[in-house]
Amino acid sequence: MTTTSARTVVAPARTRTAAAGRAVRRGQGFQHGAWFVAPFLVLFALFVIWPLLRGVYLSFTDANISGDATSFVGLDNYREALDDPLVWESLGHSAYFTLLVVPCITVLAFLLAMLAHHIERGRWLWRLCFFAPFLLPSTVAANLWQWLFNPGTGMVEHVLGIETAWLTDKSYAMLAVVVCTLWWTVGFSFLLYLAALQGIPAHLYEAAKLDGANAWHRMVRITLPMLRHITGLVVALQILASLQVFDQAVVMMDFLPGPEGSTRTFVQYTLEEGFTSYRVGYASAISVIFFVIIAAVALARMWLLRNREEGGR
Amino acid sequence: MSTAAQTPAGPRGTARRTAGRAARGRAARRPWTPGQIVLTLLGAAVSTVFLAPLAWALFTSLKSETEAVEVPTHWLPDEWTTQAWRAVFETGNITNWFVNSLVVSVCVTAVVLSVSALAGYGFARTEFRGKGVLLGVVMTGLMVSPAVLGVPLFTTVQQMGMVDTYWGMILPQCAPAAMVYILYKFFQGIPRELEEAAFIDGAGRWRVFFTIVLPLSRPSLAAVGIFTFIASWNNFLWPYMVTNNPDLMTMPNGIATVMNSYGIQWAQLMAGGLMAGLPLIVVFVFFQRQIVAGVAHTGLAGQ
Repeated sequence: MTTTSARTVVAPARTRTAAAGRAVRRGQGFQHGAWFVAPFLVLFALFVIWPLLRGVYLSFTDANISGDATSFVGLDNYREALDDPLVWESLGHSAYFTLLVVPCITVLAFLLAMLAHHIERGRWLWRLCFFAPFLLPSTVAANLWQWLFNPGTGMVEHVLGIETAWLTDKSYAMLAVVVCTLWWTVGFSFLLYLAALQGIPAHLYEAAKLDGANAWHRMVRITLPMLRHITGLVVALQILASLQVFDQAVVMMDFLPGPEGSTRTFVQYTLEEGFTSYRVGYASAISVIFFVIIAAVALARMWLLRNREEGGR
Repeated sequence: MSTAAQTPAGPRGTARRTAGRAARGRAARRPWTPGQIVLTLLGAAVSTVFLAPLAWALFTSLKSETEAVEVPTHWLPDEWTTQAWRAVFETGNITNWFVNSLVVSVCVTAVVLSVSALAGYGFARTEFRGKGVLLGVVMTGLMVSPAVLGVPLFTTVQQMGMVDTYWGMILPQCAPAAMVYILYKFFQGIPRELEEAAFIDGAGRWRVFFTIVLPLSRPSLAAVGIFTFIASWNNFLWPYMVTNNPDLMTMPNGIATVMNSYGIQWAQLMAGGLMAGLPLIVVFVFFQRQIVAGVAHTGLAGQ
C-alpha cells in the first residue's frame, strides 16, 4: 500500500513542473504549488520513503552489509524474529524503560512547571536550571551520569552514602539509565507545561476566587482540566521517544548491552544485527516490526484525539 | 494582575504563549509573602539538585586525572588545575569536532528552514493534483527516524556513496516531516485577505510568499530553526552510524566514541563534555526567551 501511494506521489509532482512554471508567469497559480513542495519531496523521497521501502524489501532477503540482496528468503526473517529471544528481551527492555520514564517525566515536569509558574521572582533562573540539561548532547549527559554513578568516585554514592552497583548490577542498570534520562529530558516537557500554564486565562482564577474557591480547588477544578490536552501531548511524545531509546543506554554501558544484557534496547539490537553481525536482511525485518509498533502507537494517539474532538463537539 | 500587563516586551513580540513574556510582565516588585518564601526555597533546593551534576562535572574537570579517581572522593579539587582542559585541546580532535558540528548543524538548519517553509506554504495555500495523498504520505514520515529505520537508511546512504562524508551526515537530517507539518499549520492560520490584496495588486505567488508570508511567520520560522539547530547539534545516532572517521565526527559523537575508547580519563571526558554542552547553554542564557518560545512552540504544535 505504501509502495503504490509513494510512487504515484512523486511522479505527478515532477511532470507538473512545466505547467507550474507557466502558471507562475501568468501570475494565476494553481499547479505551481508543486514547485513549493518539490524540494522537500525530493529529500523526503530519498531519505524517508526510499529507505522505508528498501527496508521492507531487504527484510525478505538475506542481504549483508554491502546492501546487495543475495537471495530472496520470503518470510524467513520474520519467522526467525518471532522465535528470537533477544527480540523479545530487547523489546521488553525498551518497554520497561518507557513504562518507568513516561509517568515519572510527566509528573515531574508538571510539578516543576507549577513551581516555576508560581514563584514570582527569578523566573528566568528556574527555567534555566530545569531546562539546561536538555541542551546537552545525549552522549554528554550519559557520560556525566556514568561518572556520577561510578562506584567509589561518583557523586551519587558520595551524596547518598549508599553503595549501590548502579551500572554493574542488572537490577539497577536500567534504573540508572532512567535517572539520567529524567534529568536530561524533563526540561522539554517542563517547558510545554509552563507554556500551557501561562496560557490559562487569569480571569478563570479570579472568578473562582470571588466564588470562594481555595487554592486546592482552583488547581483541581481549573488547572488540571485545562492541562488535559498538554498532558496527552507530553505522554504521547514521551512514549514515542522512549520506545526509541538508544543513546543514553549504550553510552552509559560503554557501548555494551549492560550487565547480563539488561540494558540492550530494541534499537541497539537492530544495530547489533545490522552492523556487528552484518545481517542487514534480518536487521531490516526487525526494524520493520519496530516501525509497525511505532506507527501503531502514533495512530492510536491520532485515533484517541479524533474521538475526543468528536466527543467534545 | 491582568493579562494585559503581560503583553510581549520584545520588538517583535510574538503572539505566541511564550514563557518569556510573563516573566517580564510580572517583574513588578511585590512583597515577600510566607507562601512565596517557601516556594522560592523549594525552587532553590530543586535547582540545586538539577545543577549539582553539572557542578560535579566542572569540579572533576578541574582536578588532575589521579585526583579525579581518588577514593574517597570529594567535591572541590584539592589542587585546582586546568590540565584536563589543556589536554583535551592539545591531544584531541576536539576543535575539529567542534567545526564539524557547526558545519553540520548550520547546514541542516538552513536546508530544513528553506525546504520546510516552502513545502509548508505549498501544502497550506496552493492547490495541485495529489496534494491530499501527498500530505498523508508526509504524515507517515512523522513515524520514521534513524532510530527506527537505521539499517535500511544506512544502506541507502551507502549506495549513494555518502558514507563518511558531510553530505551523508547532513542530507538525511534534512527531511523532517514534523517541521513541514508545523509550518503548514501556521501558514493555514494567516488570513487569506492579506495575500489576496497583494494578488489584486498584481503580485505573483512567489512575491507574496517572500514579501508577505515569510515576514509574518518570523516567530514560527525562528522556532523551527532553533529546534532544528538544537536537535542537530546534539544528534548522536545518525552521525554515529554514518561515520567512523575521527576527522569527520561531530562533537557528541567524537566525545562518546573516541574519548571513551582508550580507557576513560574522567577529568578530560568531563572537560570535553562541558565543551560540547556549554555553547548551547551560554547561547540559552542570552536568548532564553526566543529559545523557550521556539522549543515550546515546536513541541506544542504537535497538538
